[in-house]
Amino acid sequence: MDTFIKQRIKAVKKGDQSAFADIVEMYKDKIYQLCYRMLGNRHEAEDAAQEAFIRAYVNIHTYDPTMKFSSWLYRIATNLSIDRMRKKKPNVYLDAEVSGTDGLTMYSQLADEGASPEDALESLELQQMVQEAILKLPEKYRTVIVLKYIDELSLQEISDILNLPIGTVKTRIHRGREALRKHLGHL
Amino acid sequence: MPCSEKIVQWMHDYLDGDIQKEEEQQLRSHIQQCEACREHFYALKKTVAFVENVSHFTPSDDFIKKVMYNLPREKRRVRWKRWLTHHPFLTAASLFLLLSTSSLWAVWQEDNEFSFSKQEHLIVQNHTVIVPEGKIVEGDIVVRNGDIKIEGEVHGNVTVINGHKYLASAGEVTGQIEEVNEVFDWIWYNVKRVGYNIAKTLTK
Repeated sequence: MDTFIKQRIKAVKKGDQSAFADIVEMYKDKIYQLCYRMLGNRHEAEDAAQEAFIRAYVNIHTYDPTMKFSSWLYRIATNLSIDRMRKKKPNVYLDAEVSGTDGLTMYSQLADEGASPEDALESLELQQMVQEAILKLPEKYRTVIVLKYIDELSLQEISDILNLPIGTVKTRIHRGREALRKHLGHL
Repeated sequence: MPCSEKIVQWMHDYLDGDIQKEEEQQLRSHIQQCEACREHFYALKKTVAFVENVSHFTPSDDFIKKVMYNLPREKRRVRWKRWLTHHPFLTAASLFLLLSTSSLWAVWQEDNEFSFSKQEHLIVQNHTVIVPEGKIVEGDIVVRNGDIKIEGEVHGNVTVINGHKYLASAGEVTGQIEEVNEVFDWIWYNVKRVGYNIAKTLTK
């Protein structure tokens, strides 16, 4: 797997564009997922993920092969998502209408207690609530939480991607987890 | 509210999978005794379960196509090279065509010597082959880089390459008379000859 990617990167560096399609195929789901959780909107996520790949292609010569290629890609996608987050006004508030429902607000969803987490998670509303809770996190916590839980990365990988000491990554994960608990822990 | 910062720190270390055995044991025994801490820990674990199990979405089906379409154009040389390796047969065929035409061209260029097929009764004067009046030449005549004057009879074809034919009123040719003066004509003539030879061997 790794040697395949390495060989594709070499081909791209030589200017072979078609080799890049294999790289996109390999990582598109992960990168899209990351963008979606950071931005909270499928259309925007698709756009951001595409831009991330195009940036990776254009800057392929700056890729340092001692770093994991996926980490390098994640770094590009993370930075890009953060840029986009800053440009738009964040956050859905509790009294805002839930998209795709008819007049339902987040308050009406909060009443839905009692069901076990496993059952509840299957419902779209809860999916939505988890996503909203992630979007409410300040960007530095959101980033580490998304990398850790959505993409199941290790602390070391997250530290490589964000270029932060492991201690800082840990602290941010802890704070992020506490913030999420305030929104989701009572369900 | 949980009892102390230290206990909460252990909870997070536990969730990170990064806790010492001793601390884990202390955490466990404390949680069994303290309800507030137990609730806090449970809420954290539930939160993690929610976030971990959030459903995954996939990008649109034409995602790769869209990315590839928006990439800056690649170097032409590379596109060429890939095309060649992806179409070996066409590459070989065009290479063959190129080589064979250029070799024919080379032969055409080199072959400036006056020559003609040796037959009985033929007379040569200053690069002109003459079929004398009243004589009959049997078989095909080929003249290169010279002219032919036909005053008698030829029982066969006459071909003049890079030259002209003069047919006197009394002269007669039973086969075809052909002048080949351009390189393309000449190549065509060669191709036809090869085809004719193949047909002849096949009918034998």
